[in-house]
Amino acid sequence: MAAELLIGDVSVGQDVPVLDKDVKPVTVVLGAMASRDWRPQHHDYKFATGNNGLDDIIMNTPNLAAWFERYLTDWTGPKGRLGRIKFRMKDSVYPGDTMKFAGKVTGIEPATGGISWVDVTIELTAGDKSCVSCEARIAVPNDADVNPWKLKGDDWKP
Amino acid sequence: MADASADDLPEEVKGWIGQARYEEKTEFPIEMGYVLTTCSATQNGNPLYWDEKVANELTDGFITLPTMVSVWFRPHDWSPGRTEPAVPLQLHFDLKDRLSLPEAVMSDNTIVFGEPIRPGDELTTTQILYSVSPLKTTKLGTGRFWDFGVRIVNQNGDLCAEERYTGFGYNRD
Repeated sequence: MAAELLIGDVSVGQDVPVLDKDVKPVTVVLGAMASRDWRPQHHDYKFATGNNGLDDIIMNTPNLAAWFERYLTDWTGPKGRLGRIKFRMKDSVYPGDTMKFAGKVTGIEPATGGISWVDVTIELTAGDKSCVSCEARIAVPNDADVNPWKLKGDDWKP
Repeated sequence: MADASADDLPEEVKGWIGQARYEEKTEFPIEMGYVLTTCSATQNGNPLYWDEKVANELTDGFITLPTMVSVWFRPHDWSPGRTEPAVPLQLHFDLKDRLSLPEAVMSDNTIVFGEPIRPGDELTTTQILYSVSPLKTTKLGTGRFWDFGVRIVNQNGDLCAEERYTGFGYNRD
């Protein structure tokens, strides 16, 4: 059953449940193809290592964004509406890595329309590697009868 | 994020800074098959994308995954009549070419989400170069950081997203 997070369930400093995911070559290729990213460093081992100086094919940025979104909405449920996401790539994610998504709530900001903005920092690591740092702002309803997806115009300012 | 632009850039590249360029429209239908492929690739079971009843209740019908915003502008790798592969984020590839920096990675990415994108939408995007750094050396090689943005609007003129990227183009040392 999908989660239904309300703002009363959230506090600053709270940890978002960790997500671990093993990365296989198909994880990389499927993610690249799903995001229509035909660049060879995401599916061609010889190119990735020989031309780009990488250790293997690598996860692509747009698909990593989708992983971060999945991680957050696993926690919030379908009413959680992503307002803003920022991420910094620090190291590549390769087949054989185990991705670990670990988030922490860093801020809560009441807003109009019956929602609150929840700010979350998320670190994506693979073993000892810090791969991506992410800051996200997601709208969470204050009450069960509020739907963040209905907000428009001046009521939607992430 | 790139520093203030370098002084030693080609005049052509200097002329790009601050200009809205590369207006493009989506060239293939926005539809839920692609959305579900992304959900499958990320093992995302959010019922908003899988269950029409939930979608009707929350979003008046299916919407696309917000983080897929750039996907809708990635051209086909091949299409009839095209003699060379088209590339998304043409500005990024033109910078690689004009600055003779053949390899590149993206380091920073920020997306601000607006009106949800729906199946059947027709989107228009423009790309804006904000800055290009002086030459710098990293573990990948020597090159330049560049900071550029992408605005996406739908057929009604609603702003669906603004993206901001930092790329690093380099030569391997």
